[in-house]
Amino acid sequence: MSARGRSERRLGWLLCAPAVIAMLLVTAYPIAYAIVLSLQDLDLRFPEDKGFAGLSNYGTVLSSSLWWEDLFNTLFITVISVSIELVLGMAIALVMHRAIFGRGIVRTSVLIPYGIVTVVAAFSWQFAFAPDTGFVNHLPLIDDDKAWFGERFSAFAVIIMAEVWKTTPFMALLLLAGLTTIDSGLYEAAKVDGASAWQRFRRITLPLVKPAILVALLFRTLDAFRVFDTIFIMTGGAQNTESVSILGYNQLIGRLNLGLGSAVSVLIFICVLIIAFVFVRGFGVRMAEGRPGS
Amino acid sequence: MERGTREYALWSIGLLLVLLFALIPVIWIISVSLKSPDTLADGRFFPSEFTLDNYETLFTGGIDDSPFLKPLINSVLIASITTLVAIVLASFAAYAIARLNFPGKSIILAGALAIAMFPAISTVGPLFDMWRTLGLYDTYPGLIIPYLTFSLPLAIYTLVAFFREIPWDLEQAAQVDGATPFQAFRKVIVPLAAPGVFTAAILVFIFAWNDFLFAITLTSSDAARTVPAALAFFTGESQFTAPNGSIAAAAVIVTIPIIVFVLLFQRRIVAGLTAGAVKG
Repeated sequence: MSARGRSERRLGWLLCAPAVIAMLLVTAYPIAYAIVLSLQDLDLRFPEDKGFAGLSNYGTVLSSSLWWEDLFNTLFITVISVSIELVLGMAIALVMHRAIFGRGIVRTSVLIPYGIVTVVAAFSWQFAFAPDTGFVNHLPLIDDDKAWFGERFSAFAVIIMAEVWKTTPFMALLLLAGLTTIDSGLYEAAKVDGASAWQRFRRITLPLVKPAILVALLFRTLDAFRVFDTIFIMTGGAQNTESVSILGYNQLIGRLNLGLGSAVSVLIFICVLIIAFVFVRGFGVRMAEGRPGS
Repeated sequence: MERGTREYALWSIGLLLVLLFALIPVIWIISVSLKSPDTLADGRFFPSEFTLDNYETLFTGGIDDSPFLKPLINSVLIASITTLVAIVLASFAAYAIARLNFPGKSIILAGALAIAMFPAISTVGPLFDMWRTLGLYDTYPGLIIPYLTFSLPLAIYTLVAFFREIPWDLEQAAQVDGATPFQAFRKVIVPLAAPGVFTAAILVFIFAWNDFLFAITLTSSDAARTVPAALAFFTGESQFTAPNGSIAAAAVIVTIPIIVFVLLFQRRIVAGLTAGAVKG
């Protein structure tokens, strides 16, 4: 290798080193440490009982109905909210794509949910749906005394709504970026051949934005699976609305049980790996086309 | 292309729906923040009488007794420092990835992508334990470090996408024309790179400003607690008053910078979020 090539190589590594170290510091090392912690009896309230526990923490978590219920809740919220986001995001992307006027206004207004603090949005929706301080129950067709957060699935409805509101814009922007790469000549040609608007959407738009859709779905699914802020603010996990992230938080910070909490953390990590694997293998998402967004 | 009246009307309705969808929760929280305690539960969307009391109570008591002022300062400083450090580190890495030839480039990009998908909750327990041992628990660096980790992938991807578009040959051309290497860098490359750097900075700032999970797990007092976490601990003035008004007022204040960013830099933010998302 030439001296120039060698020095370029060294410079490349040198420039990347700080960022790589910063990224590994709080991911690779802690996840390894979480695995170590999860194999121990470690409850900070009873530090003297510390000891090696083998896989017993995993046994405790996996045999508890709480873990499975929370996993169900998390998957339920993830699947419903991501499905709605996809449909709504596509609708908004099409509206923005075919903008006659006011494209800037739409872009500005959809960026607000993206930028707003999740906790703030959660409070806003919570106040809106609260029976005493809200306005939703005073709308026509809605029961005036409906206690949205008093029952599991109505609480889910509000949680999902808040999640959808917050994250649809990101989905819409990714899909819009996909739409703009489509050659408009294709639509003109299809029109000449007598294709209806629906046919044009089915036969031209969908196949061509499919890669963009899959990448957006993967990122949104993983993001939705981590749902924490909205549930924490709205119900705190009451009425059986807990997500796996809330469960991990309660064990780690609420009960200071680092052993059990870390087992939950590691299991969540494994779930995320499985979801990513399914997308990459099952749907053929080409990760080279992906990029982090939120 | 022809645009009929029908299409015009449909588009207007679509536009209106999108606007309503996006803005209702924002207008609602502003409205709650302006309601007096007596009218808080009147069930109206807009306040029947306006008051700024909710904003006033946020700041009464000064830095020591106000439940909001110290967290606000924490939020501003932590998000700003995170942004600054993340942009410097990400610019180095993105420059190397966009311009230099070295093995391991694609591993770094793939690794960054993997970190973007990493569940933050999985790191909370270990960090909680490590930070308490290292004395980083409830400090600024204790939050800045995880924010850096999780915002770097976004910053690197955004910057790589922008840096790949820069015509770097201009730098040499300027040097041929007699500019010193530093002049060539400052007068040619910096203005070309600035929009990308700026875009990445906005995205990182929004990320750090928004975080709740680390803020609530790695802090225990106003020493480093940021606004989103502080909001979860807000209580009413007495135990008989709901904190809704003051939460709403605080929420409006932390939303203002975001709205300003969005209004001023919407094009940039969209470009940043979608840069490299689709191969053109």
